Amino acid sequence: MLRFILTRVSLIIPTFIGITLLAFFLIRLVPGDPIETMAGERGIDAARHEQLRKEFGFDKPIFVQYGVYISRVLQGDLGKSLVTQAPVWSEFKALFPATMELAICAILFALVLGLPAGMIAAIRRNSIFDHGVMGISLAGYSMPIFWWGLILILVFSVQLDLTPVSGRIDVLYYIEPVTGFLLIDSLLSGEEGAFASAVEHLILPTIVLGTVPLAVIARMTRSAMLEVLGEDYIRTAKAKGLSRYRIIVLHALRNALIPVVTVIGLQVGVLFTGAILTETIFSWPGVGKWLIDAIFRRDYPVLQGGALLLGIVVMSVNLLVDLAYGLINPRIRHNR
Amino acid sequence: MALLEIENLSVEFPTQGGIMRAVDGVSLKLEEGEVLGVVGESGSGKSVTMLALMGLVPFPGRVRADKLSFNGRDLLTISDRERRKLTGKDVAMIFQEPTTSLNPCFTIGFQLTETLRLHEGMDRRAARRRAIELLDQVGIPSAESRLSAFPHQLSGGMNQRVMIAMAIACNPKLLIADEPTTALDVTIQAQILDLLINLQKERNMALVMITHDMGVIAETAKRIMVMYAGQIMEERAAEDLFASPQHPYTSALLAALPENSKGSRLSTIPGVVPGLYDRPKGCLFSPRCAYATEHSRSVRPELRPWAGGQIRCHYPLGDSSRTARINADHPLDAEAAS
Ligand SMILES: Nc1ncnc2c1ncn2[C@@H]1O[C@H](COP(=O)(O)OP(=O)(O)O)[C@@H](O)[C@H]1O
Ligand SMILES: [Mg+2]
Repeated sequence: MLRFILTRVSLIIPTFIGITLLAFFLIRLVPGDPIETMAGERGIDAARHEQLRKEFGFDKPIFVQYGVYISRVLQGDLGKSLVTQAPVWSEFKALFPATMELAICAILFALVLGLPAGMIAAIRRNSIFDHGVMGISLAGYSMPIFWWGLILILVFSVQLDLTPVSGRIDVLYYIEPVTGFLLIDSLLSGEEGAFASAVEHLILPTIVLGTVPLAVIARMTRSAMLEVLGEDYIRTAKAKGLSRYRIIVLHALRNALIPVVTVIGLQVGVLFTGAILTETIFSWPGVGKWLIDAIFRRDYPVLQGGALLLGIVVMSVNLLVDLAYGLINPRIRHNR
Repeated sequence: MALLEIENLSVEFPTQGGIMRAVDGVSLKLEEGEVLGVVGESGSGKSVTMLALMGLVPFPGRVRADKLSFNGRDLLTISDRERRKLTGKDVAMIFQEPTTSLNPCFTIGFQLTETLRLHEGMDRRAARRRAIELLDQVGIPSAESRLSAFPHQLSGGMNQRVMIAMAIACNPKLLIADEPTTALDVTIQAQILDLLINLQKERNMALVMITHDMGVIAETAKRIMVMYAGQIMEERAAEDLFASPQHPYTSALLAALPENSKGSRLSTIPGVVPGLYDRPKGCLFSPRCAYATEHSRSVRPELRPWAGGQIRCHYPLGDSSRTARINADHPLDAEAAS
């Protein structure tokens, strides 16, 4: 197990280098620079432009710029936003809980619906329910996030007027950030209606972001269950006289969860990508929207730092999922 | 009253090519404490017969019988709930592949105590104590420390011992062992067989020992049932069957034993067990039988009482009039008949 963790951790260094390289060079391939976008419509004369470029260090050769950037990162300095002048780290810290809250809700939504749906589909194989679950999940899996988000807004917010269109909570409330998770903070604040408002704002983004993981989890649970139910040890469990419920929920599900957890691990990266789109659609004040805004402003330090920090988050979550995998799969736990 | 009574049991599997009859008209009685050996080549329906008795025939198999009773309970009409109280308690089964038969995600201790807590209503501590006793009885060294082991940490032989411990946990009246040693090393096979036989004697439980190896059964069983293509071909006391097999199939199986082989070559039975498409109209063994006649090719023999047991053959080997009758029925292989 220790070796297992160490190999995982040792992968972090090359991944870290990869992320910094990508984030650094990709954004510089995009035409335009931060000075132009800051100057905006008014424009800027060439001399002043050149002077500012020198000030920001953009005139140096690009590899020198990268070297300077990396050495600062290694000292823990991610730089300051070119737009707000606030340190990248403190902006990220303030915004990240919103993204995390959305991601957690989405994955819970996917698990709470996907596990039982996949299980029942497997048990009632080839029934109408099974075909329904498989059909819907295929549709859900292929749904583009932007389109799906807009459809839901049109139906539930515009037509039915059931849910708010954007933001995390109604503007009426000011919630002191304690944990950064509004669901918790709104309860702590004791303000009447704040929690309900936070929940209302979460519903659509959660559905939009949770749809792909939901589809993946439902399908994976079904196929894993089908395989497990044909195993010898399930026949043994029946031969012991155990109840159907216990066989399915304990003996079968426990084994079926192993591939499902692997799939959830693979979904973590997808989830954060989805979060960036979802936050943009719903004006969700998280790191996703922050990054998108940074792209438009060519705010290099924010983009580089944000991508790096998000990458670290995805890697850490992946590591946690791998540990969970080791915990539920005794064969891994003892062999490595 | 017999412990187990089966009359005319059939199991069918609907397949794309038609209906596969895995068990065909099996009738059987077993007394308390009796040891029955079930032999036959692979695919002859030994496992499915016993799974039917356990109520474990996999979907979409269909089970039919005129009578299926165990310990005075009618298994054909029993509710699922009542049946679950019997299975694992009064009748238990162990399987061919011990390692895959145990759940890889749970410890040996968990899987063993689970049975005890369910059927005997023991609390955690009592079940644990009893589990250690059981592991001890099936010859697992340092039993207590093995409780927290997972199946993949034990050898196949050890896992089969665990399966046996689980099966005998609630003192079953009947234990079905489905080729319990086939997947194990030769040296371990004998140990597991000895263990099963000793447990059977100590507890006086009935034991059905399935195998495709006549040699295994010779020392074990009082009575032997020979199956072929889902049917009982011969069923008699072990001594009688070994001394004077009555069915040509039994005789061929015995001749195929290494110790009975003449010269250095092993004799085998030519041909294969009929499947879904090549099931003969008459005697199922007739395509491979040295004594087949036109009559036996077209008329299926009934299972009938013979020589202190049952047989399904037109021309039992011990029948003094068989040569004359074979000749009268147009033998297909003139040499064999003479
Ligand atoms: N689940 C199933 N579906 C279809 N056919 C089956 C199934 N299980 C067993 N059979 C068929 O039933 C026959 C008897 O099988 P089995 O009882 O396992 O044989 P044995 O134990 O004597 O080797 C075989 O021909 C096998 O193909
Ligand atoms: Mg078998």
